[in-house]
Amino acid sequence: MIENIGIEQFLILSTLMFFIGVYGFLVRKNLITMLMSVELILNAVNINFVAFNKYYYPENLQGHFFAMFVIAIAATEVAVAIAIIISLYRKIRTIDVEQVDEMKY
Amino acid sequence: MTTDQFFLMRHEILLVAVGVIVLVMDLMTTPATKHRIIPVAIVLFLINTIIGFLPIETGKIFGGMYRTDDITILMKNALNIGVFIIFLQSAEWLKNHEEKFNSYGAYFFIVIASLVGMDYLISSGDFLMFFIGTELATIPIAALVAIEKAKIKSSEAGVKLILSAALSSGITLFGISLIYGTTGSIYFAEVSKVFDGNSLQILAFIFIFAGVAFKISIVPFHLWTADVYEGAPINITSYLSVISKASAFFILIILLYKVFYVIPEIRNNILYATSILTMTIGNLFAIRQQNLKRFLAFSSIAQAGFVLLGIIGGTQIGFASVVYFLLIYVFSNLGAFGVVAAISNATGKENIDDYNGLYRTNPKLSLVMMLSLFSLAGIPPVAGFFGKFFLFMSAAKQGYFILVLIAVVNVTISLYYYLLVVKAMFINEQENPIERIDSDMYTKIGLAICAAGILAIGFFGTIFDFINSKAFGSM
Repeated sequence: MIENIGIEQFLILSTLMFFIGVYGFLVRKNLITMLMSVELILNAVNINFVAFNKYYYPENLQGHFFAMFVIAIAATEVAVAIAIIISLYRKIRTIDVEQVDEMKY
Repeated sequence: MTTDQFFLMRHEILLVAVGVIVLVMDLMTTPATKHRIIPVAIVLFLINTIIGFLPIETGKIFGGMYRTDDITILMKNALNIGVFIIFLQSAEWLKNHEEKFNSYGAYFFIVIASLVGMDYLISSGDFLMFFIGTELATIPIAALVAIEKAKIKSSEAGVKLILSAALSSGITLFGISLIYGTTGSIYFAEVSKVFDGNSLQILAFIFIFAGVAFKISIVPFHLWTADVYEGAPINITSYLSVISKASAFFILIILLYKVFYVIPEIRNNILYATSILTMTIGNLFAIRQQNLKRFLAFSSIAQAGFVLLGIIGGTQIGFASVVYFLLIYVFSNLGAFGVVAAISNATGKENIDDYNGLYRTNPKLSLVMMLSLFSLAGIPPVAGFFGKFFLFMSAAKQGYFILVLIAVVNVTISLYYYLLVVKAMFINEQENPIERIDSDMYTKIGLAICAAGILAIGFFGTIFDFINSKAFGSM
């Protein structure tokens, strides 16, 4: 099955995901959605790592390990981010990023 | 791996031990006795700092993932001293905000956890350790920035920090994945062997540079800085602007010298452009700030621009001058933040106008502030001058005269706004200046260490020679 799929497909998918993530992060107004965009970026990275490892460097496992660490660390990042967002929500009753403007230039 | 090799990580092991001891002792306190953890934590950290100076073997473990050399250890000791001063300065803030903390142990533990991350970051020998170190350094800090639950600003700063940190680490990771794809390794040593500078690798370099530049708040990536610095509790602000920045600079040098030395033109062009942008924009924004925390935030952005000057040629003396500058920067910036923290804790005032006539009521605080600002501005007798001098010299040696000229113009501009604060303290008058502040013993010791450091480092030329003998140039 996988023999029919070249690495190009994986790379196109991951690049698309990466830029969709960056676009979503910049455009979305909801803090949780922005966090989801970051997850898209991190998962694009994971696809990259695993695809490179599988196709180009099957003799070592560095890419697989890296992907596992990225997953674990992304989880911790989200845990802290959600905690902070909840503590913000308790005060201003919204998670719209336009309302988070106490400090400005 | 034998025990001997394991103890190459002595700095990190000690820090973890201190953190765990503080956490366990914290469990034994009751609400009535919880303040006792503060001196315990400070003394334990002092012991850790002193042990850090004992001689230690160097080498690498985990197949090269972790490596130490003399200059790494020097940097770790500098970070230890910085965090020790921050702990001294935060004692009063912790006592003032007693109702917000069920216990103080968490505060110390989170700062130490983040410091462990930075130690691993500057010791990293491959991209996996680099990534884990950055995240371990950043995530706890975001929690600390948002620790003041009653203030909207604090949570807002926390959200801004964690979201932009997440984006930046995502971008760095994408760069690392491209490096892995094109070279087949994540170890610095192996990557640099097969790195040939094709366009995909240059893209990867730019992504990685962007991620690290975010941590240092170099100009196109600086937008989070002022807001986070203003909203965070002031001791955390000083942690972010000094410790976090210094360690990120160190790893940037390691990356540029050990991995990306194959593409010197691109590296130098990027550093050239960002250096000019960072100095100029940091200065121009610093002029119009009234809040001292924001003021110091932008001034620290401008300082980052000067540091880039030293890295640009990839020389050994550049490396040494950056480490020397960072050492001075730790003392001078912590001195300035210490005074702002002492005054903010006592009166809640943080604006430059509030400092009018400060010298009449608080001569000692004003003097320390003046010393720190002179050192940041680079006025000759104090250490900051020598730091800047070596940075400019190393850039001039490479023939970047126009860049040095721009930097000197920027130093002059920065002198203007640093002196505005000094003028407010010493010359301006107001009807009811800030009353006489009686800081506690911790703050006094902290400020005394800063003042001594600022004065001493400038006068002992051997320090620079020592750093220079440990530094290395681009491969």
